[in-house]
Amino acid sequence: MQPVATLVAQAANQPSIPLSWYLYVALALFAIGGIGVLVRRNALTVLMSIEIMLNAVNLSFLAFARFHNDMNGHLVTFFVIAVAAAEAAVGLALVLGIFRHKKVVNVDTMSALRN
Amino acid sequence: MELEQIFFWLLAFGAVFTSVLVVLPPGGKNPIFGALALIVSFFFVAGIYVLLVAHLMAALQIMVYAGAIMVLFLFVIMLLNLSRRELGEESKTFTQGLGATAMLVIAIKAIVLVEATADGISKRDMALSDGFGTVEAVANMLFHDYLFPFELAAVLLLVAIIGAVVLAKRTL
Repeated sequence: MQPVATLVAQAANQPSIPLSWYLYVALALFAIGGIGVLVRRNALTVLMSIEIMLNAVNLSFLAFARFHNDMNGHLVTFFVIAVAAAEAAVGLALVLGIFRHKKVVNVDTMSALRN
Repeated sequence: MELEQIFFWLLAFGAVFTSVLVVLPPGGKNPIFGALALIVSFFFVAGIYVLLVAHLMAALQIMVYAGAIMVLFLFVIMLLNLSRRELGEESKTFTQGLGATAMLVIAIKAIVLVEATADGISKRDMALSDGFGTVEAVANMLFHDYLFPFELAAVLLLVAIIGAVVLAKRTL
């Protein structure tokens, strides 16, 4: 009976999943998020679709990091998560402000810079 | 089929399915539904990160995305407590259809790109260095090679906090 750590290390060195599978999942998530941003008109759903797209990009960064044995992808993912947090905070504050002003959170109504 | 592959398919299917729920009309009509589906999606994606030996990123994904960002979303959705009228009409214009079609075409074209990229890389040695994806390894890089971007990220978050407070104030 091999120790669990050895088994895990073996699995990590000989992945049974090819890189392309991860990239296909990332591609599917990115397309779903992109369609959400382009088609939906509810500002909150648009913001959530952007989070899906950021997640897809993170996934492809981590997949490439793992298959290149290069940790830089993890750091990029770290910063993407930090920027996503900032983006969500400011975006939601904007939605709140616009709702106070117009009483609607539909992006079709947000077409004027003044009044 | 190996256990790893079964896990991958379960996680990948779950992530894509719950993301579709966010974008499709049920999530759009009621944003709460979409936000909860998105939280589940983040957990599935975190599982895929674990398969990629990115343990710290999986933990951060759950703590920051599911724990902080989505709680903020849910808080705002419940604070606004939108009625059907306040959500507004989902318009269906030609431009929207064009955008969705363009996105699909780009995705289908990208499949070829993925095939080509993955072919070149999968022929290499897959051995990982010691401590790949652990807190220690990430922290070592973060505080050596990425110290300046790290400080910039701290400033960015501070700016975002101040910006959010100013924007959400009742009187601008």
